[in-house]
Amino acid sequence: MKKKFSISNLFIYLSLIISAAIAIVPLLVVLIGSFKTGEELNSTGVLELPRNFTNISNYVKAFVDGKMLLGFANTFFILAFSIIATLLTGTMTAYVLSRFKFKFRKIVSSLFLIASLVPSITMQMSTFQIINGMGLFNTPWSTIILFAGTDIISIYIFLQFLDNISFSIDESAIMDGASYFTIFYRLMIPLLKPAIMTVLILKGVTFYNDFYTPYLYMPKPELAVISTALFRFKGPYGTQWEVICAGVIITMLPAFILFLLLQKQIYSGMTAGAVKE
Amino acid sequence: MTLRQKLSTRKYQQKIIIITFLLVPMLLLIIFTYLPFVDMVKFSFFKWNGTSPTMKFIGLKNYKDIFTKPEYLEMFKTSLYYLIGSFIQIAIALYFATVLNYKLRAKNFFKGVIFFPYLINGVAIGFAFMYFFREFGTLDTLLTSLGIAKSNLPLWLGNPKVVNYSLASVSVWRYLGQNMVMFSGAIASVSPDLYEAASIDGANRWQQFKYIIFPNIKIIISLNLILAVKGAISVFEIPKIMTDGANGSSTFVLKTLDTAFTVHKVGLASAMGVILLLIIMIITFVQKRFFEGKEA
Repeated sequence: MKKKFSISNLFIYLSLIISAAIAIVPLLVVLIGSFKTGEELNSTGVLELPRNFTNISNYVKAFVDGKMLLGFANTFFILAFSIIATLLTGTMTAYVLSRFKFKFRKIVSSLFLIASLVPSITMQMSTFQIINGMGLFNTPWSTIILFAGTDIISIYIFLQFLDNISFSIDESAIMDGASYFTIFYRLMIPLLKPAIMTVLILKGVTFYNDFYTPYLYMPKPELAVISTALFRFKGPYGTQWEVICAGVIITMLPAFILFLLLQKQIYSGMTAGAVKE
Repeated sequence: MTLRQKLSTRKYQQKIIIITFLLVPMLLLIIFTYLPFVDMVKFSFFKWNGTSPTMKFIGLKNYKDIFTKPEYLEMFKTSLYYLIGSFIQIAIALYFATVLNYKLRAKNFFKGVIFFPYLINGVAIGFAFMYFFREFGTLDTLLTSLGIAKSNLPLWLGNPKVVNYSLASVSVWRYLGQNMVMFSGAIASVSPDLYEAASIDGANRWQQFKYIIFPNIKIIISLNLILAVKGAISVFEIPKIMTDGANGSSTFVLKTLDTAFTVHKVGLASAMGVILLLIIMIITFVQKRFFEGKEA
């Protein structure tokens, strides 16, 4: 009995190690490649360590010539506006849905639910006409406005929190003469902090990683965000794998740091979104 | 002020806050989700290049074209690779979620490593795997070091017989951790008393999985299966970035967007979008029926 147990454990560890290797190796070789010179990359094996780990010329090239520095600036600009907007639309919608009974309540939540079933990528031909008609094509506002709305998962995450906040808090504030707006932003927003954190992380990752929205709506090179700046490496650096490798590492780095710092919140955010769906 | 007046102002205040708070979220939802949907249905009956001021009504011709020319519906075949990939992915994710529920060394490390790919930018993943699959790249190096002759190895992204396997496995690599974390959240919510009772009764791990874990997370598994089907039908990002649909790796969504933005046949692309949405609606409907049937 005892022996059988340890054999099954051995198998479990083996499977974990193999899959960890599968997860790591494709990224590790990119990291190795990013420190090699072009000639070195073509003449040495992918797993051979670079001669010089201090060779950061590929990173400089990716940042400056590859416009990734600009990409970070644009990404940051877009993220700042769209995250604030999506948090506002999300908390406002959830607050109203949680605190008030009104005629169209059911309709409002169904409209958000139905919208979540439709992959927006399939409707880009008509969305494009709308964005273009608003004069937002090739401006950062095209992407910001498309990110600004809220979605059913964020609403659920906020609702889970709001439903646990006692109505007596609202009642006593009303007795003290507070308006609903004051209650929302003086009481509810601070109490919602953990949920806001979760949605902020989920949305931040989604927006940062989104490729098609900026690709389609902001083709102007000066408006490149991280995804599109990296995608444009395909042409000019098509054969310069060392520069592409550096670009990939640069792009991954913020997500990696975020993950190291906020692992727990990310996991719980993912399950919060999934269980309610 | 009488009590009655007070109440009426409170009601009035409520109305104001409901309207002001919902105005922007609802406007955004309607303008960028529902309006595009209505427009898409409308465009699908027209011949239009997306820029010309004149649209020509052609009735159902776009739909007829899609159903009579095999080159469009054939794209759904590519989805099969991703569909099979995601079934394998769900099975592996379930295994790791279960296993990581045990007391193990370094389990947070393994969980983190398997999950992290899900957080990586799609373009970065695309490039990392173009580097991985390229000729004399990582995969070729690893396989030749195992003694397989280079001449026996295909072009992983260039051979139409192989390319979809390569791309679907990238998709598994990317999304495995997401499934795993969802399952592991569901498993964690199973009461520990149940395991204790089971192990006192002498249940082994397989029996524990079969009788305790599985019934408790059945719903989230079927949810993930449905999402896998939807995901497989609407695959786009990985083939777009890695091959741009070359060598038989195009998908229906990729073809739809190409039709709209490269070939500029917005009417035809809209009809393709409508067909895709209809399929997704049918799947969702079946899913709803399935769940309601289960609960009853």
